[in-house]
Amino acid sequence: MSDTQQTYSAKDEVGQVRARRTRLERMKIELRKAPPTAWFGMVVIAFYLFVALFAPLLAPYGEAEIHPIPFAPWGGDFPLGTDQIGRDILSRLIFGARNTIGIALVTTLVAFAIGGGLGLAAAISRGWTDQLLSRAVDVLMAIPPLIFALMLLSIFGSSIPSLIFIIAVLDSTRVFRLTRAVAMNVVVMEYVEAARLRGEGLGWVMRREILPNIMPPLVAEFGLRFCFVFLTIAALSFLGVGIQPPTADWGSMVRDNASLIQFAQYDLKAGITPILPAFAIALLTIAVNFVVDWFLMKSSGLKE
Amino acid sequence: MHPVVSTVLQRLGLGLLTLFFVSLVIFSSIEFLPGDFTEAVLGQLATEENVAAFRRELGLDQPAYVRYFDWIGSVMTGDFGTSFSGRASSGVDRSRPVIDLIAPRLANTLFLASMTAIIAVPVALALGITAALYRNSIYDRVVNALTLSTISMPEFLVAYLLILFLSSLNPVFPSLANINIDTPFWERVYRCALPSMTLSLVIIAHMMRMTRAAIINLLASPYIEMARLKGLSPVRVIMRHALPNAWAPIANVIAFNLAYLVVGVVVVEVVFVYPGIGQLMVDAVTSRDIPVVQACALIFATTYILLNLLADIVSIVTNPRLLHPR
Amino acid sequence: MSDDDILLRMKNVVIDGFSDEKWHEIIKGVDLTLRRGEVLGLIGESGAGKSTLGLAAMGFARPGCRLTSGEIWFDGHDLMKMSEAKKQELRGSRIAYVAQSAAAAFNPAHRLIDQTIEASLTHDVKSATEARDDARTLYAAMDLPDPDHIGERYPHQVSGGQLQRAMTAMAMSARPDLIIFDEPTTALDVTTQVNVLAAMREAVDRFNTAAIYITHDLAVVAQMADRIKVLRYGEEVEEAPTAEMLSNPKEDYTKSLWSVRSIEKPAETSDDHVLSIENVTAAYGTVPVLHNVSISVPRGKTVAVVGESGSGKSTTARVITGLLPPLKGRVMFDGEALPPTLKGRSKDQLRRIQMIYQSADTAMNPRHTLREIIGRPLEFYRGIKGRKKDEEVAKLLELIELDESFMDRLPGELSGGQKQRVCIARALAAEPEVIICDEVTSALDQIVQEGILKLLMRLQKELGITYIFITHDLATVQAIADEIVVMWRGKVVEQGIKDDILNPPYPEYTQLLLSSVPTMDPAWLGEAVAARAGLSVSDLAAEA
Repeated sequence: MSDTQQTYSAKDEVGQVRARRTRLERMKIELRKAPPTAWFGMVVIAFYLFVALFAPLLAPYGEAEIHPIPFAPWGGDFPLGTDQIGRDILSRLIFGARNTIGIALVTTLVAFAIGGGLGLAAAISRGWTDQLLSRAVDVLMAIPPLIFALMLLSIFGSSIPSLIFIIAVLDSTRVFRLTRAVAMNVVVMEYVEAARLRGEGLGWVMRREILPNIMPPLVAEFGLRFCFVFLTIAALSFLGVGIQPPTADWGSMVRDNASLIQFAQYDLKAGITPILPAFAIALLTIAVNFVVDWFLMKSSGLKE
Repeated sequence: MHPVVSTVLQRLGLGLLTLFFVSLVIFSSIEFLPGDFTEAVLGQLATEENVAAFRRELGLDQPAYVRYFDWIGSVMTGDFGTSFSGRASSGVDRSRPVIDLIAPRLANTLFLASMTAIIAVPVALALGITAALYRNSIYDRVVNALTLSTISMPEFLVAYLLILFLSSLNPVFPSLANINIDTPFWERVYRCALPSMTLSLVIIAHMMRMTRAAIINLLASPYIEMARLKGLSPVRVIMRHALPNAWAPIANVIAFNLAYLVVGVVVVEVVFVYPGIGQLMVDAVTSRDIPVVQACALIFATTYILLNLLADIVSIVTNPRLLHPR
Repeated sequence: MSDDDILLRMKNVVIDGFSDEKWHEIIKGVDLTLRRGEVLGLIGESGAGKSTLGLAAMGFARPGCRLTSGEIWFDGHDLMKMSEAKKQELRGSRIAYVAQSAAAAFNPAHRLIDQTIEASLTHDVKSATEARDDARTLYAAMDLPDPDHIGERYPHQVSGGQLQRAMTAMAMSARPDLIIFDEPTTALDVTTQVNVLAAMREAVDRFNTAAIYITHDLAVVAQMADRIKVLRYGEEVEEAPTAEMLSNPKEDYTKSLWSVRSIEKPAETSDDHVLSIENVTAAYGTVPVLHNVSISVPRGKTVAVVGESGSGKSTTARVITGLLPPLKGRVMFDGEALPPTLKGRSKDQLRRIQMIYQSADTAMNPRHTLREIIGRPLEFYRGIKGRKKDEEVAKLLELIELDESFMDRLPGELSGGQKQRVCIARALAAEPEVIICDEVTSALDQIVQEGILKLLMRLQKELGITYIFITHDLATVQAIADEIVVMWRGKVVEQGIKDDILNPPYPEYTQLLLSSVPTMDPAWLGEAVAARAGLSVSDLAAEA
């Protein structure tokens, strides 16, 4: 035998040894390295959540409280004026955060529960269950989601529960596709085969082997789906078939005050009033996108 | 049979099958309507005879599959049924055939969509390809940040910002795009300027990002590195080695975005009060005029399916493995 | 020899790569000299920087790399200082490149001949007609079938071995002074490799082209190179003429590179068969993979199953483990027939046969710690829990020459060899009687391979475990097998004791396979090509 025997030791072989740190420490380090766009995103999201949670304490007036002066200018008792029937714009913006974000969040959660569960089931069982689910999803996805939503709303009416349910079901098709695809990549891994060879049951394989490995892409997708749902609900409300008055909501606020924009020449502040809620929508979506971008870059290890 | 032909035929068959299922889904939505919707449509003063006659007209006394084949059969001949609106309880039926409502508006929507596509597609492809070629340059970063912001905005925000700056503060274009059948061509273009600009901005942002990703993916292929190592000029590498393999991804990007355009049209038409099919559909949803909603949904879905079908066919006929079988 | 003769001279070349948001040196100041018509073998393990250095000879750095400092003189010009346009003129005309995967490096959209002559045309070396005629001559020189027409085909219409030859023809088209061969035969089967190697060497000799031949396989480089340079971690270890390097390597590291060939175990056998496969026929869907395969495995010994890709050796493993129920035949274990499917087998039946995979990276859940990975079979099969389990895990870690401090690491924090050891520990945790090793050393560097093989042999001696060792590498077989099973196209060609199989008389396929495995002897290639000429099966291999 060669003389390498003395020089070789399995323990000394160079692995990518890192200092062991607790989860909290690692998070702190990651946060310190986060780019400015991600920081901006996180600050904006935190601010929105704060406003949404404490809406009743922050708003100067009630959500549907009507004052005698419609279309009041900015300043005085109404910092951002009043709308077409005399409701305080600022208060409705604040309550709108709670309603719009809340509904979008619930919808996204429902979509993930349905799409994620079925996607995982399809990836593991394969065979005809997978075929059936996948083909059904293909058909549902062949109809543009906004159009499909409009059609279903005309049937079921525009109540908040039906809104949540319809958008969640339509959006769950996208979640299904993604979950199935990422789970398929994990299912074919040898460590899953090793677990099956050991004789592990389906539940253990799903919970312990597959789920931890598909979480990162699903978390990122949650952010993106939330944005999509949020924009869809805003669009529907703007079209007048989403969240209905007197519930305050950013999409319908744009619609209600749209005519003010014609007065921009005479009173710029009045002119931009309808743009404020639309801007609030855009800002949150941009913030979520920035954070998701950062998360994706980190979890995929891509440096691009 | 040549594999390209058989693959294309297979894909066409699949498209037809999808269309069939989609029509089933759209048709069966009416089954979920509450039982008393006929009274709601006709108004409270409707006589029992009127209601019964109406139910018969809808064929509610027949089994669902018979009604489906009746419906799809008429749709094939261009008959989408009769609108629910205008069926006053007075007994005088002023309702109109759905096709008469849709036809002129469909033409308007197609006009707006084509005008947008003609501007947006070349611009987006140019931006996407250049951003991919000059990856990580300042230009790439700026274009990237701008487009990310644009896709995060709801269409109506883009629309109102354009109205604010180009109509309200500086009256360059009209804020309402009201056209009718007699409007001359250039006048139409002028009035459509803002809606088309809104759609273009949104589409360009999406499409540019997807084109960039597709091209970057392509440029990472070993055969592109090989072409560089053969000492070919960058132009030749792109034109001769990247482009022939780029048709399929580019066709997919274009189809996806045109499909998106068709949907984006709905919001934009409402903002600019443009007499198109999108606005018609929203009005019909509000008044729960189901035949009109179904017709619109079917038209939108068909367009969507056809666009995707077209992209797949482009991928098939440009695939060297299918073109030159073993 | 005078200095005029020098074609390429690299001085103190430093190349950086970008990772972890920093630039790291991946080539740390290497010198290299190449004379006209000379072939330099560049050898080293994965991550040694061989390809990066090879591409630097063309003044090229892959995306994410940059040429940082040093000089690269090619025929009197410093590529480091040359404009991109000037370098473009050199590439393809005076320096050409042959890539590892021909299937990926040919553009799927163009005919072979158009790609072959492209460099000649763009650099105005030849007219189109001349270049086409020349390409046909080159195809013939590369031993391609139907050289007059094969160029009209598209890349997906010809086989991998043929593509690799066509790519060498492509590199030759402009009659460059220098060709960089970047692992050109690594993706090929051994029986295909021989002819490709022979054709390449013939072409390089005929046109007196200088070449840099990059590979990790010492035996291959021994056939191709006049001189050998050994690289490790981006630095030169040593350089010498081929004969001298083979007979008298100076550095320990160089010696270790061929150390696996130094292990040799005397073959033993036994009549006590722990496991046997009887007349098994199996298929994936409708594609038949195994035809009437019978193999018997003596207790406490090592049976090596050898064959090329597509021979059915991994499928045999899947039948034994129950992942693929056979269409016909059965698997006997300790005198009893095993249920054909995984579901039908009892926990104890599963426990007694364990499996170790080729790629330890994908065989362990990246989100489980070693404590969970090794502990799970202890708990699952043997009901060991809590502190007792930790103790057992520590014992197993010691058995594979690691220690307790590794317990809370994740697989990503281990080296390749350590990962494979953990997989061994996981298999041992079940206290199995048979372990199936599927190409367990193929993805590892030589020195690490040796460590793993020694560990497996020690465990066999101590614990009396039976191994079914699936591999395509005959050097490994030579090192550890007691019995050998040769498989080809889903059939067993022969089974027997190692010494019988590796010595004449052979069935034809075994002879082809054995004669295809490169040896360190620089004369081997010529002999191998001659020896194969008489074999009828070699035509089948040449086709591929």
